[in-house]
Amino acid sequence: MTPGSFSPTRLLAENLACRRGGRLIFERLSFSLASGEAIALTGRNGAGKSSLIAMLCGRLRPDGGSILLEGAGDEPALAENSHLVGHRDGLKTALTAGENLAFAQAVLGDAALAPAEALAVVGLAHAAELPVGYLSAGQRRRVALARLLVSRRPYWLLDEPMSALDTASQAMLAGLMRDHLAQGGAILAATHGPLGLDGARELRIGP
Amino acid sequence: MTRAFIAILKRDLALASRAGGGGELALVFFLTLVVLVPFALGPDLNLLSRIGPAILWLGALLSVLIGLDRLFQSDEEDGSLDLIRASALPLELAVLAKGLAHWLTTGLPLALITPLLGLLVALPGEGVLPLVATLLVGTPALSFIGAGGAALAASLRRGGLIVPVLVAPLTVPVLIFGVSAANAALGGTVPFLTPFLILCAISLAAIVVGTVAAAAALRQAD
Repeated sequence: MTPGSFSPTRLLAENLACRRGGRLIFERLSFSLASGEAIALTGRNGAGKSSLIAMLCGRLRPDGGSILLEGAGDEPALAENSHLVGHRDGLKTALTAGENLAFAQAVLGDAALAPAEALAVVGLAHAAELPVGYLSAGQRRRVALARLLVSRRPYWLLDEPMSALDTASQAMLAGLMRDHLAQGGAILAATHGPLGLDGARELRIGP
Repeated sequence: MTRAFIAILKRDLALASRAGGGGELALVFFLTLVVLVPFALGPDLNLLSRIGPAILWLGALLSVLIGLDRLFQSDEEDGSLDLIRASALPLELAVLAKGLAHWLTTGLPLALITPLLGLLVALPGEGVLPLVATLLVGTPALSFIGAGGAALAASLRRGGLIVPVLVAPLTVPVLIFGVSAANAALGGTVPFLTPFLILCAISLAAIVVGTVAAAAALRQAD
């Protein structure tokens, strides 16, 4: 194990079922995601992609089935080993980009890059002192993505990470994801377009 | 873990102090209420000073309740709560940090401006410090009982109305013992300490129960 790489773990989801408001969204969904792997989660609108991600990060209780994290210590909890970047970006508009990232780093632990360095990586070094409320949708998304860099966590759960990003930023994100996979991380990304990852498996929910 | 706790506390304090953070809302509401009451009652100083402690306590209670629905809802809406859930910090401690920040930005300032507002309701001089003391130890109970209600309403789109309805009945004991302690200091048959110590006990119990209840409600959300 080289320094900077994650210890090998495996996420195992078996027979997951999801019911929202009494309506069955999906059932019998099984997959595994090991270190160094990426899954592109596809499916039509409303197929349950975001619900699956909410289940994986522990916000939604599965209606059936189990989610296991193998090889991650005594109390393997996926929520504490994963990053979530979703539609709700988890940013406070009144705080600056730097403050938001510093907060995320303190709360998530396992500090990696400093907030200013992470912002430089996503090309927002100049925006560190600006309140997030002043940023555009794409810039906000990039601040949220910079969260992936301020603390080290092996699983990245991304809900349509490419949305609102320009071409250059999409390439930047693809580069970050490749680096993460090379270090033994794992990625599950709900997407409608190409992720820019060669080895990504496709997991399709629904018809 | 301590770092995450302090980060949540500091962030909530920073948010409350920025424009539109809602930190001032409680204070302005309190001020408005207490300023208007003497006009409504008319020029009867004796009546005013007799019900002064009750007016100030009622004003403080309503002021604390008024912004409470946003305590967890704003974090739920923008996804910050997912971030807090993903922390190694137990949810109970996260709630404790948020409740503490809420008290520091509402209950504490309310208690501190009470001497000034006491003048408006002709509060006798010897009653000022005891009243401030009752507000200091009583308002944490309001923040933490409120946190339980706010957590239940966190994931409801229009949960704003439900929070005061849920929380107000639970705050009745705080109001009763807060006002009776403040009145006892102005003379009467009961010594000040008797209701005051009960108020302290209610506050301590509310901090524990409110924290655990709010964390449980947040886990069940959605």
